[in-house]
Amino acid sequence: MVHMYNIVKKEKLTPQVTLMEINAPLVAKKAEPGQFIIFRIDEDGERIPLTIADYDRDKGIVTIIFQEVGKSTKKLGAMDAGQGILDFVGPLGKPSHLDGVKKVAVIGGGLGTAIAYPQAKKLKSLRVQVDAIIGFRNKDSIILEKEMTAASSRLFVTTDDGSNGNKGFVTDTFKKLLSEGKIYDLVIAIGPLIMMKAVCELTREAEIKTVISMNSIMVDGTGMCGCCRLTVGGKIKFACVDGPDFPGHEVDFDEAISRQDIYRQEERLSLERHECRLGKN
Amino acid sequence: MIDQTLKKVEILEQDPNTRNKNFLEVALGYMGLSETMAKEEAGRCLNCKYPKCMDGCPVGVQIPQFIELIVSGDLEEAYQKIRETNSLPAVCGRVCPQESQCEAKCVRGTKGEPVAIGRLERFVADWHIKYAANKPIHVAKNGKKVAVIGSGPAGLTCAGDLAKSGYEVTIFEAFHTPGGVLMYGIPEFRLPKALVQKEIDQLRALGVEVRLNMVIGRIYSLDELKQDGYAAIFIGSGAGLPSFMGIPGENLKGVFSANEFLTRINLMKAYKFPECDTPVKVGKNVAVIGGGNVAMDAARCAKRMGAEKVYIVYRRSEEEMPARNEEIHHAKEEGIIFKLLTAPTKIMGTEDGWVKVMECVEMKLGERDGDGRRRPVIIKGSEHLLPVETVIMAIGQSPNPLIKDTTAGLKTEPWGGIVVEEETGATSLPGVYAGGDAVTGAATVILAMGAGRKAAQAIKKYLQA
Ligand SMILES: Cc1cc2nc3c(=O)[nH]c(=O)nc-3n(C[C@H](O)[C@H](O)[C@H](O)COP(=O)(O)OP(=O)(O)OC[C@H]3O[C@@H](n4cnc5c(N)ncnc54)[C@H](O)[C@@H]3O)c2cc1C
Ligand SMILES: Cc1cc2nc3c(=O)[nH]c(=O)nc-3n(C[C@H](O)[C@H](O)[C@H](O)COP(=O)(O)OP(=O)(O)OC[C@H]3O[C@@H](n4cnc5c(N)ncnc54)[C@H](O)[C@@H]3O)c2cc1C
Ligand code: SF4
Ligand code: SF4
Ligand code: FES
Repeated sequence: MVHMYNIVKKEKLTPQVTLMEINAPLVAKKAEPGQFIIFRIDEDGERIPLTIADYDRDKGIVTIIFQEVGKSTKKLGAMDAGQGILDFVGPLGKPSHLDGVKKVAVIGGGLGTAIAYPQAKKLKSLRVQVDAIIGFRNKDSIILEKEMTAASSRLFVTTDDGSNGNKGFVTDTFKKLLSEGKIYDLVIAIGPLIMMKAVCELTREAEIKTVISMNSIMVDGTGMCGCCRLTVGGKIKFACVDGPDFPGHEVDFDEAISRQDIYRQEERLSLERHECRLGKN
Repeated sequence: MIDQTLKKVEILEQDPNTRNKNFLEVALGYMGLSETMAKEEAGRCLNCKYPKCMDGCPVGVQIPQFIELIVSGDLEEAYQKIRETNSLPAVCGRVCPQESQCEAKCVRGTKGEPVAIGRLERFVADWHIKYAANKPIHVAKNGKKVAVIGSGPAGLTCAGDLAKSGYEVTIFEAFHTPGGVLMYGIPEFRLPKALVQKEIDQLRALGVEVRLNMVIGRIYSLDELKQDGYAAIFIGSGAGLPSFMGIPGENLKGVFSANEFLTRINLMKAYKFPECDTPVKVGKNVAVIGGGNVAMDAARCAKRMGAEKVYIVYRRSEEEMPARNEEIHHAKEEGIIFKLLTAPTKIMGTEDGWVKVMECVEMKLGERDGDGRRRPVIIKGSEHLLPVETVIMAIGQSPNPLIKDTTAGLKTEPWGGIVVEEETGATSLPGVYAGGDAVTGAATVILAMGAGRKAAQAIKKYLQA
C-alpha cells in the first residue's frame, strides 16, 4: 500500500493561482513561517518546492498556494479535493527569524505574496507593526487581499497597469513611504528576483536590514545536490538548507537571475507535451 | 581436480560501443550464459585451510565455503552461506572493490588471476533472486522499537540484523525512494535498481517499516524519536554534502555537483525525459573533475546521455586514482578521455552565463604527503583551455550537517563526521549509534554494511542490559 497525501480542499484564487489544503499532520506539527515543502505528484513526477503558506497543527493540514507555470504545477492544479499526492516532504529550510523587531515592511510581488503571508501573519501575532505592500500585474491577478489585510496594520495594493486604481510597482509605494519619513527596522521582500533586487537597492541606500526569500531551482531540498546554490556575501550557500531567507544586501542577484533559466528549454518542451496530451483527451 | 587456469573465467559484457548509449547493465554476469561457467570458475578455488581471501573481506564472508557449495551445485545453500555475514550479496558482488579486498588476498592471485570471488558472489545472489523467491520470514517480536535514520547500506544492514532478532525497526528516509547511494548515486548500468528494490522488499518481509519523505532533524528531532518510544537510534545518513572547488565560474550554468547530475539521472530518471518530468542538461563536451568511482559514474552517464567528448580531469596520475580498476577500464573502453595530471583553475562562460571553456594547468607529482600519495604540484606556464559546455564536480562529499545541527550533544569531527566508539558505533549520546559514510566520510558499500552490522550487535546488547 502506497501512502498518499490527500488534498482536503481546493480553491482557485485567480485563474492561474490555486490554494490547496493537504493532509500532512507531521509536517503541520513542525511547520514554521519561512519553511517550505517539496511535492511529487506521481512516480514520473518532478520534485517541486512550494512555500508553506499556512498550517493548522490541530487539523493536521498544510496550505500551499501555487501559480500554474509549468507541467508540474498545472498537473497539480488539475487535481481535486479527495485525490492524493504521492510525496510531500517537509518542513524544509530554516524558519524565518522574526524576533526583536517593531516596525516591519512586508513587500510581496505577485505570488511572492503567498510566501510573505505566513511571515506577516506571525509578525502581527507578535504585535509588530506591519506595513504590507503587495503588487500584481492587474486587478484580476490580485490574491490574498483579505488575508493580508488581516495580517498587516496597513495594506497597499499596487497593479502594474493601474486596473485597481493604484498604478505602479511595489517599489514606488515603498519609496513614497520612505520619503514620507516612515522608519522600518526590517524589510521582508518576496517576489520575482528582479523585484527583490530593486527593493534591496532602495533599502541599501536607506540602510534598512532586508530579508529576501530565494526560490532557486531545487532537487532534494536537503543540501545534497547543490543545485540551489547562490552566492551570499561572496560565499556559496544552499537555498534549501541555509535559506530560503537570506540577507538581501549580500545576495548576488544577477547570478541568481541567470541560474533561474537553466532548464527553460526543457520546461517548455515538458509543458508543450503535457498540453498536447491534454488536447488529445 | 583443481582447475589450473591462470585467468578468471571471462564474464559476459555488453559491447562498449553499444552500452555507452544505453543504461542497461554492463556486465551480464555468469547468469547470462550458464551455471557451467560459474562452476568452472568455482573450481579454481583451492579451498584453502587458512583462507587469506577472508582477511580481505570487511564482513568476513565465508568465501571457500560458499564457493565449495557452488561446485557441489547447492546454490541456495551457497546463497544462505554468504547471507550469514553479508546482507546484500547481489549488491556487493557488483560494486565491492574486490581487487583491493577479498581478491587482493586470494592465493591464486600470486600466480595469475585470483578467483573471481565477486563475480561468484553476484552469480549466487542472482540465482537466488531468479529461482528462490524469498519466503516471508516470521520472527517473534520482542516489543522493543529501534529507529534507523537513512536507508543506505549501513541503515539497511542494521535494520535487517535487528529485525531478524525480533526488534521492531522503523527506517526513516529523507528521499521518496529507499536505498541511499545505491539508488541515487550508482547508475543503473552498474547496479540495476530492481535488485536494490528486491533487497528492500525482503526487509519489509521481515517486518521492517520504511517511512519515506522523513527528513530527520526537521520532521522529528532525535529527542522526539526517543519520546515516541524508540529505545535506540542508528544514524546511517551517509555523506551527501557535495564539495565545490572554490574556483571562479563554478556557479555558471552547466556546472553540476556529481550528486546533482547523478541524482537527476538515476533517482529522477532524467534519461527518460520528457517521459519523466525531471530534466538534466548535458553539453557536447563534458569535463568531470575527480578520479573516484563517483567521477567514473558521472562520466559514463554523460556519455550515455549523448555527450560526444567526455573528459576525466584528474590532478594526479592513474596510479593514484581511487576509482575501482574495473570502472577505469570500463570508462576507457566506452571512450572516456583521461586528462591526467591536470587541474582546473577557472571556468569561463558565455555572455548569458553558460559554461564555455575551462582553464586548466598541468601538474607533476612531488613529495609524498600524509596518506602516502605523491602530492601534485603545478607546472608553471602550463595553462591551457579546454572547450566544454558541462562541468561536473566529483571531488568528494562530506556528511550532511542537518542532524548534527539539530541534535545537541552529538559529537562530530571538524569535517562533519560523527564521532563514535570504533567497536560499537556508539555516539556521544546514550542509545544513539552511527555508522557508514556519516562516520567515515565517503567510503564503500561493504564498510557501511559492516558498520551497520556492528552497531546492530551493540544495540542488542544495550537493549538487553
Ligand atoms: C523555496 C521555494 C518556495 C517556493 N514557493 C512557491 C510557492 O509558494 N508557490 C509557487 O507557485 N511557487 C513557489 N516556488 C516556485 C515553484 O517551485 C516553481 O514555480 C515550480 O518549480 C514550477 O514547476 P513547474 O514544473 O510547474 O514549471 P517548470 O516547467 O519547472 O517552469 C515553468 C516556468 O517557471 C519558471 N520557474 C521554474 N522554477 C522556478 C522557480 N524555482 N522559481 C521561479 N520560477 C521558476 C521557469 O523559468 C519557467 O518559466 C517556490 C520555489 C522555491 C525554491
Ligand atoms: C556515485 C557513487 C558511486 C559509488 N561507487 C561505489 C562502488 O562502486 N563501490 C563501493 O563499495 N562504494 C561505492 N560508493 C560509495 C558507497 O555508495 C557509499 O560508501 C555507501 O553507500 C555509504 O552507505 P551509507 O549507508 O553510509 O550512506 P548512503 O548510501 O549515503 O545512505 C544514506 C541515506 O540516508 C538518507 N539521509 C540522509 N540524511 C537524512 C536525514 N536527515 N533523515 C533521513 N534520512 C537521511 C539519505 O537520503 C540516504 O538515503 C559510491 C558512491 C557514489 C556516490
Ligand atoms: S562482500 Fe565484497 S569483499 Fe567480501 S567477499 Fe564479497 S565481494 Fe569480497
Ligand atoms: S584464498 Fe583464493 S583459493 Fe584460497 S580459499 Fe580464498 S578464494 Fe579460494
Ligand atoms: S536542492 Fe539540493 S542542495 Fe538544495
